[in-house]
Amino acid sequence: MSDPLVKVRDLKIGATVYPPGEKPHDIEIVHGVSFDLEKGKVLGLIGESGAGKSTIGLASMAYGRGGVKITGGEVWINGRDILKTSFKDVRALRGGEVTYVSQSAAASFNPAKKIMEQVTEAAIEQGKFSKKDAEARARALFAKLGLPDPDNIGERYPHQVSGGQLQRCMTALALCPEPDLVVFDEPTTALDVTTQIDVLKAIKEAIHDTGVAALYITHDLAVVAQVSDDIMVLRHGDMVEYGDVDQIINAPREDYTKALVSVRSIEHEEKPPSGEPVLSVRNITARYKGTKFDVLHNVNADLYPGQTLAVVGESGSGKSTLARVITGLLPPREGEIEFAGRVLSPDLASRTRDDLRELQMIYQMADVAMNPRQTVGTIIGRPLEFYFGMKGAEKRKRIIELLDEIELGEGFIDRYPAELSGGQKQRVCIARALAAKPKMIICDEVTSALDPLVADGILKLLLNLQKIENVAYLFITHDLATVRAISDNIAVMYQGRVQRYGSKSEVLSPPFDDYTDLLLGSVPEMRLGWLEEVIANRKMESAGN
Amino acid sequence: MPLIVKLLVQRIALGLFLLLLVSALIFAGTIILPGDVAQSILGQSATPEALANLRAELGLNEPALQRYFSWLGGLMQGDLGTALTSGRDIGESIAQRLSNTLFLAFWAAIVAVPLAIFLGLLAVRYRERWPDKAISGVTLASISIPEFLIGYVLMFFFGVKMGWFYPTAAAFRPDAPLLDKLDAIALPVATLTLVVLAHMMRMTRAAILNVMQSAYIETAELKGLNSFQVIYRHAFPNAIAPIVNVVMLNLAYLVVGVVVIEVVFVYPGMGQYLVDSVSKRDVPVVQACGIIFAAVYIGLNMIADIVAILSNPRLRHPK
Repeated sequence: MSDPLVKVRDLKIGATVYPPGEKPHDIEIVHGVSFDLEKGKVLGLIGESGAGKSTIGLASMAYGRGGVKITGGEVWINGRDILKTSFKDVRALRGGEVTYVSQSAAASFNPAKKIMEQVTEAAIEQGKFSKKDAEARARALFAKLGLPDPDNIGERYPHQVSGGQLQRCMTALALCPEPDLVVFDEPTTALDVTTQIDVLKAIKEAIHDTGVAALYITHDLAVVAQVSDDIMVLRHGDMVEYGDVDQIINAPREDYTKALVSVRSIEHEEKPPSGEPVLSVRNITARYKGTKFDVLHNVNADLYPGQTLAVVGESGSGKSTLARVITGLLPPREGEIEFAGRVLSPDLASRTRDDLRELQMIYQMADVAMNPRQTVGTIIGRPLEFYFGMKGAEKRKRIIELLDEIELGEGFIDRYPAELSGGQKQRVCIARALAAKPKMIICDEVTSALDPLVADGILKLLLNLQKIENVAYLFITHDLATVRAISDNIAVMYQGRVQRYGSKSEVLSPPFDDYTDLLLGSVPEMRLGWLEEVIANRKMESAGN
Repeated sequence: MPLIVKLLVQRIALGLFLLLLVSALIFAGTIILPGDVAQSILGQSATPEALANLRAELGLNEPALQRYFSWLGGLMQGDLGTALTSGRDIGESIAQRLSNTLFLAFWAAIVAVPLAIFLGLLAVRYRERWPDKAISGVTLASISIPEFLIGYVLMFFFGVKMGWFYPTAAAFRPDAPLLDKLDAIALPVATLTLVVLAHMMRMTRAAILNVMQSAYIETAELKGLNSFQVIYRHAFPNAIAPIVNVVMLNLAYLVVGVVVIEVVFVYPGMGQYLVDSVSKRDVPVVQACGIIFAAVYIGLNMIADIVAILSNPRLRHPK
């Protein structure tokens, strides 16, 4: 039997870390991983952040990001160990035999150069094609990947095409030099679900048509199930489970894999509206200063005490703008916000201290929402001082109560944000919001930057706290699984309008409007063949129309 | 009107407005200067009648606002006025001196700008290794030493001790052959280069290193390009705006800030002329020098902003 295209043996990768207050030292982040990849096959690498999946992907190009170094093992590609060849040979491998598709095409394209120049650069530089042939090949790939106007799109600059289109251009960039192996590193994670489907389909077809082998890296098991032949589950730099896609999805052996497969298992019974709404958004129309277009059109919604209203939509739907209007950061052009029985002043500066206290906010990026030079105790203590004038022992007692409520405990009081994990940071932000004893908290994509299992923990905590404190949540998210897990009422937003509004069971039950139907149908499901089904259904629909 | 044209027009209009504002400031500044021109022309022993006559003759008794507008009107027509002390036309006297100053600044720029950018690129290529540290150390040392001291040190070693170059630029003749002129200004050029090098080099290094953090640099590296291609093709085009900005700031300094160097090396440029005129209370000359320096400064910074606007692909190619 001939050797596989890619043969990785006992790969070990290290990195230099700079912990605060300690000397920089080296740690191992990947502890001996092995796998094989045949020509034309796709291996999915899956795991949470810190699992080492991207690091392994880049190691197949003998590349270490930042201070990352490959410390041991073998990476055989096309019959030679690329960790032992000269740097010149490694350069010839990169962009020629092995190419890379990154998570954010928007950041990975040079803003100062035309798309065509960047897509063909490696193919020309590596001597695989002449400029003319490379450009012809790029145009063919643009067409195959379903990009509009494939003959001319290469003449545009990256900022002149949409995010989903640019991600497909990145795939064209990787396929242009006719590589043997493509490393896809979270290629659809930054995209909206409805866009993700098109890109996934394009990638899957391109892999199939060109016969290239691929490493597909993602944290989303439902996505990787659609495109892979084999899956390797990684955790903390160790292989947890390695098998074909059917076995991993349908008959996982390891507990960790089972947890990943069954994630988002929260069952939340919706509550019927009760009492007077704590928040009423009435006929809000808003636009940003200096622009001529409204970004919110006549938006109406109610949120009841102790309940959750999920505002769901894709990027550009106006869901974050709605939060800015409610918080007073963007005074609306028309309409008003009624909160706790009173009409709120449209702009933040003229709101009372009680207005501010009763309406708190939690953000997507917990890292940047905290002062890195303040301890957890100072961060949580600040609203206690500001709103209630607490000091000394009384304040400390309350901080410890709050730390217990968010399941961290007294031991965290003197820690700095840099010493916390992503999920712990978000918990501190929740405690800070709760410290003000709010009637309502706006949660803006609070679980989007977290790994699924961690996000699950945060959602459970939020639901729990809601029961204890009777606080209402306005929960902004693009993720429908999160919506299902937490909401009582749902507002689906599309292009600045509320497309669909009602209780969770109403909104998520047919008959659907076109957009909601598309949105719900685009959420990847954790079963084989889902992508093909969706694509086939769409083809039938468009044939029927 | 396309956005980019609008931005450029706005930027140029802003430059002209600034210049107008500065002209008012210069005028106001010179009339509140202590001292009296008539007194300094006629000396301490002049009679009060003679002083009054001279003041009336020089038009010093008219209201300040009227004098400002007549001065501004003259400026618009290219008339810089008449020197009080010598009675000569300022435009004529300045023309030769300005061209001398620009000559010195030009050659200093020819040496300093490419050298600074080259050293900046080199420092990036070998970042955190000894060439980077050596370049940083030497340029930092040179910027930290006062320029007149560098001037005198160079003058002492290379002019006096070794005798390689003229110790001062007094030998400079505008009508001499180019090579002789360059020989005469070698030491002032070297001094100016040492003064402006560090700032430009460090900005080039910082701007490119900042760009080198970008994801598209990783993309370029993963295309198998060599370090030089990565820096030159992918990093440099995105670092142009900040580099041009600091280059222009230093070019402006080469014209405007050479006062000290010209005095140290006895170079017959604008700086010398300005210093002489200040000591003689020759207000129109001081004003004329001031407005020319301001125009150079504002003009070069405007060019930097225009380059920044033009080098931004989002503005050049809107959606």
